[in-house]
Amino acid sequence: MTIAVRAESITKTFNGSQKALDQVNLSVNHGEVLVVMGPSGSGKSTLIRTFNGLEAIDAGQLEIVGIPLDTDQDERQIRRIRRRVGMVFQQFNLFPHLSILDNITLAPIRVRKINKANAEERAHGLLAQMGIADQALKYPSELSGGQQQRVAIARALAMDPELMLFDEPTSALDPERVKEVLDAMRRLAADGMTMIVVTHELGFAREVADRVLFMDAGRVVELTDSSTFFTQAKEERSRRFLNQMAH
Amino acid sequence: MKRKRLRWLEIVLAGLVLTLVGILVNNLAVNLIRTELGLSFKWLWQPAGFALSEHTLPYQPGDSTAWALLVSWLNSLRVIACSIVLATVLGVGAGAARRSLNPLLRQLAGLYVGLIRQIPLLLQLLFWYFVAFLGLPSEPMAPVGTLVSLSNQGIAILGLNLSVEFSAVLVGLSVFTGAAIAEVVRGGLDSVPKGQWEAFRSLGIGETLGMRKVVLPQALPAILPALSSQYLNLAKNSTLAIAVGFADLYAVSDTAITQTGRAIEGFLILLLSFLALNLLINGGMQVLNRIVVRPAQRT
Repeated sequence: MTIAVRAESITKTFNGSQKALDQVNLSVNHGEVLVVMGPSGSGKSTLIRTFNGLEAIDAGQLEIVGIPLDTDQDERQIRRIRRRVGMVFQQFNLFPHLSILDNITLAPIRVRKINKANAEERAHGLLAQMGIADQALKYPSELSGGQQQRVAIARALAMDPELMLFDEPTSALDPERVKEVLDAMRRLAADGMTMIVVTHELGFAREVADRVLFMDAGRVVELTDSSTFFTQAKEERSRRFLNQMAH
Repeated sequence: MKRKRLRWLEIVLAGLVLTLVGILVNNLAVNLIRTELGLSFKWLWQPAGFALSEHTLPYQPGDSTAWALLVSWLNSLRVIACSIVLATVLGVGAGAARRSLNPLLRQLAGLYVGLIRQIPLLLQLLFWYFVAFLGLPSEPMAPVGTLVSLSNQGIAILGLNLSVEFSAVLVGLSVFTGAAIAEVVRGGLDSVPKGQWEAFRSLGIGETLGMRKVVLPQALPAILPALSSQYLNLAKNSTLAIAVGFADLYAVSDTAITQTGRAIEGFLILLLSFLALNLLINGGMQVLNRIVVRPAQRT
């Protein structure tokens, strides 16, 4: 099995003092689903944002889909990684001035140089896979939050990524819209996509995740397979968190 | 209660304005009677009697003053139109550079904007005229191949010869307004949510393409209104061309007024010409605004 993410004692400091990431070690295999949990401010978003170069690390070593990502943030290297790593944001971040179809085909046409007809055919296929085949010609503002997030997933998938990063994908959604997005992610995981998901959805983590990474104050508190994490977490801090989440 | 007080304020203000206008009109009438000049535009059809350093339409000193004014208005229009294009290119480039990932580019653009905004436009025009252009050798230099050549006779682009005066005004206005436009563009870029930049970067889209396809289209609704006011400023500032001897509308009107003594009529014509010019610019920008803003507003 090949390795999708290798992080060796990576450290990231904000504003010179507060450590967002403190000596984090992690290795994620291809085909694996890793859920990252922890209280807010624990560094989970920062962690996955370093994986596609949205945040630079101050120290340590990263290797994403086989490409090294150093502290000096070589722009060309980062773009090579970004072409092969998809990201889904909490706030969807669709391009509001472009139709759903154009949102999805922009990068494949411009970056991967796929011809327009093929890119659009693929986009329609992805929208069908996400259960929103009839929305292609609308604009983002005409869609519900859950639909927008599924478009965002389709947009990332259109680049045929080897790894998908999800940064709290359901946190900005109405409760009744959460399920449709999680279902789409479940199908993606079932298809064998390598996924790293920052989320508070315990049900999703329990069912879909192979392993759970629990963080607090920029450190890895616990990294274990998900059944162990939910039934017999080793660390007191993890158990306290799970307890609070259950109520 | 509050509305009533506002109504009173309106009445008082309107009264003040009317009084002021009355005094001015009265003053004008009294003076016109006293000097026995009266309002007359006959002088417009008499020979101008002065030469123009440059003209796009045929012109001789024997032509009418009205013709001289029209020719000079075209000179103004020409330098304003060219400067608007050049200033926009400079401004958008510098504004985008201030949000570039390249620190050198960011600093250069910051230096340009910071420096240019500290110096009065009049000084800048004089600098471009006396130091930059008149300081050039008389033998043409060609820094960018044979397309463009520079000398103390002016700029030659593809066989098109621009006078030193025109060149100095063009470069001066463009560099000055470009710095202001750069700030407008930067402000517009900053109004686009950070998530939009992260979204295009995450898709492997480069900075230039992302700026063009994702950020700028969303920044335009914020940029355009401020941009049109910069264009209006540029048009008004073009009257400073008189300082370097460019035969623009203001400079030629000034000469005509001195020769005929018809200051009131001359200034009326000036005011109306600039009003017409700026209404033209404003109208153009509104059309552009309607084209650009409508699709982008679907947020």
